[in-house]
Amino acid sequence: MKMTGAQIVIQTLLDLGVDTMFGYPGGTVLYIYDELYKNKHKIHHYLTRHEQGALHAADGYARVTGKVGVAIVTSGPGATNAVTGLATAHMDSIPILCISGQVPVALIGNDAFQEADTVGITRSCTKHNYLVRDVNDLARVLREAYYIAHSGRPGPVLVDIPKDVTVAEAEYVHTTTEPKIRSYKPTLTGHIGQIRRGARMFQQAKKPVLYVGGGAVTANAHRELFRMADALGFPVTNTLMGLGSFPASDPRFIGMLGMHGTYEANMAVSHCDLLIAVGARFDDRVTGKLSAFAPHATIMHIDVDPTSISKNVKVDLPIVGDVRHVLAQFNEQVLTPEFASGKQDLTPWWEEINSWRQRDCLRYAQSSDRIEPQYVIQCLHAVTKGEAIIATDVGQHQMWAAQFYGFDTPRRWLTSGGLGTMGYGLPAAMGAQVAKPDAQVVVITGEGSIQMNIQEFATCLQYRLPVKVVIMNNGYLGMVRQWQEFFYQRRYAESNMEVTPDFVKLAEAYGALGLRCERVADVTATLEKGLAHPGTVIMDFIVNREANVYPMVPAGAGLNEMILI
Amino acid sequence: MRHIISALVENEAGVLSRVVGLFSARGFNIETLTVAPVGDGATSRITLVTRGEDAIIEQILKQLNKLVPVIQVADLTEGPHVERELMLVKVATDKETRAEVLRLADIFRSRIVDATPTSFMIEVTGDSGKLDACLALLTPLGVTEMVRTGHVALARGEKGMSNTRTTHH
Repeated sequence: MKMTGAQIVIQTLLDLGVDTMFGYPGGTVLYIYDELYKNKHKIHHYLTRHEQGALHAADGYARVTGKVGVAIVTSGPGATNAVTGLATAHMDSIPILCISGQVPVALIGNDAFQEADTVGITRSCTKHNYLVRDVNDLARVLREAYYIAHSGRPGPVLVDIPKDVTVAEAEYVHTTTEPKIRSYKPTLTGHIGQIRRGARMFQQAKKPVLYVGGGAVTANAHRELFRMADALGFPVTNTLMGLGSFPASDPRFIGMLGMHGTYEANMAVSHCDLLIAVGARFDDRVTGKLSAFAPHATIMHIDVDPTSISKNVKVDLPIVGDVRHVLAQFNEQVLTPEFASGKQDLTPWWEEINSWRQRDCLRYAQSSDRIEPQYVIQCLHAVTKGEAIIATDVGQHQMWAAQFYGFDTPRRWLTSGGLGTMGYGLPAAMGAQVAKPDAQVVVITGEGSIQMNIQEFATCLQYRLPVKVVIMNNGYLGMVRQWQEFFYQRRYAESNMEVTPDFVKLAEAYGALGLRCERVADVTATLEKGLAHPGTVIMDFIVNREANVYPMVPAGAGLNEMILI
Repeated sequence: MRHIISALVENEAGVLSRVVGLFSARGFNIETLTVAPVGDGATSRITLVTRGEDAIIEQILKQLNKLVPVIQVADLTEGPHVERELMLVKVATDKETRAEVLRLADIFRSRIVDATPTSFMIEVTGDSGKLDACLALLTPLGVTEMVRTGHVALARGEKGMSNTRTTHH
């Protein structure tokens, strides 16, 4: 069947099962929007107030569903505004298909109106990208892009489409078969010899630690992980990205590791004899000083991306493969009576871990007259029974959320771990709410971060997205201030947010509900009232201005050199 | 240590900038780089020379493999291989030096590819050491301009990288 490029874009998306997209129209994508208009009962388009918001919303949608998030932006500024969203998704391995408009082929390179070298600009912040010069390539490229986005180690893929390509006609053939790309074949299954070797290491380990990252969430490997950890009785620590892949309420969970990880997790890693990295990438915020990281351990690394293996830390047993597949392969070895009989007694190791646990490294004192931000998150956990989808921005509130809102299931924790993008939380929460209309979606943010994409409240109201925003308002860029307090002799250079809007009035201006809480006694009541409200809500909590995130590994120090409260 | 890396890539727009961008973004160095279509023209072969510790070279190979249009990557320095580079040198000559230039060209089994009453252009092929030696002798005689292609190389033996095979297997 002959179709125009614009029709091919929509038809290909429909054939791929896409029913939701986030975007912002403009000159070069008008033909595509015209087709969207004609198909609006099949594909629901959410108009954000900024292209960065569209990408983060697609990202949030992808994180909670595991599906590819789809975004569409126009050429030039539309594409450059999308860059932060693409880079955020790239660092956290989130599958996104981003369609960008481009000036007509004949004008490319002429500095045309709203022209940008989009494939050039986005090359290093996407998993792959395409410029489609010929309408006959369009359907194939879109299918390849979608496939590349979600397979292997997922990531954002951008398809740049010149305006004239959306008008030109080509034959469209319906297909649902997966594209074959001769140069792109991700490894799914782990090498069985390596897995047998790994299983023997499990048996021999006296001080093992499972170090589980976002790859376990991405691969939907939480069940396989639980079975394995359960059979082995090993302690589990999560990275920031891995939270929820193992139940936080399980006694074998020893908390997050790294710069603001728990004392017990960091000490366990520093003293273990076997470190099993599962879908994690030894990020500098996790390892601290590399020479002091897991110095006594044999290191095993399971990852779908070979470049993650031995990139920062030399790995003794690499296993390339999809985390869920590999853990299932391990379980075939581990869930046998012969295996159990050959295991070491881990009681002394658990005694050691429990002695570190007794330091109670996350403790804080909640006085009667000043709200501590940690307390707000603990109350939020209680009021939501730990079942909310939590999106955050970046800074102190993000670390407190990670430390104090225990996640028992995956895909409910949306945070920009790799890039650290302030302004991520609200649009990501919108995407999550679109995907899960009945879920309680809460943004934990600060008065600094929320202002970076505050325009998206209008989007929430337009689509009646009942996102709840909890602002930890300390009047500072808190994490910057904390570093200045610790390492720059309290010279608070430009970290003081002297002027912030009245968030209650701001909420009302958008048509949302605004609540302010200044007293400890009102925290729970404010949360209950706000969360029960059927629409969008901003809750502004005036918290201790100089609260710090503890414990902390100073930059460049080893994990065993934590600053404890 | 010096490594010669060979990559088969899709012959499509932007591939070279992906490869070069990878090297600059990750701080890897490139000493020389050559690229040209091979086989049926759908594939190009990139040969690049780089230096680094073993861990860096391992990352380079993996990162190259990770690029979507890269079909296959090999480190040719891991085994026996043949490497060649081509150099064109223009030497200004006068009555005294003309014979000496020709003699040197002969010693290095090079060819005169252009001649004027006052100059020669010499084509030299070989490994880098030979080219360096030839250039060192020609320079005092008056080299006015020169260009080198960078290295190309193939592993010794009958096996080839999978997609450039032209014979039956």
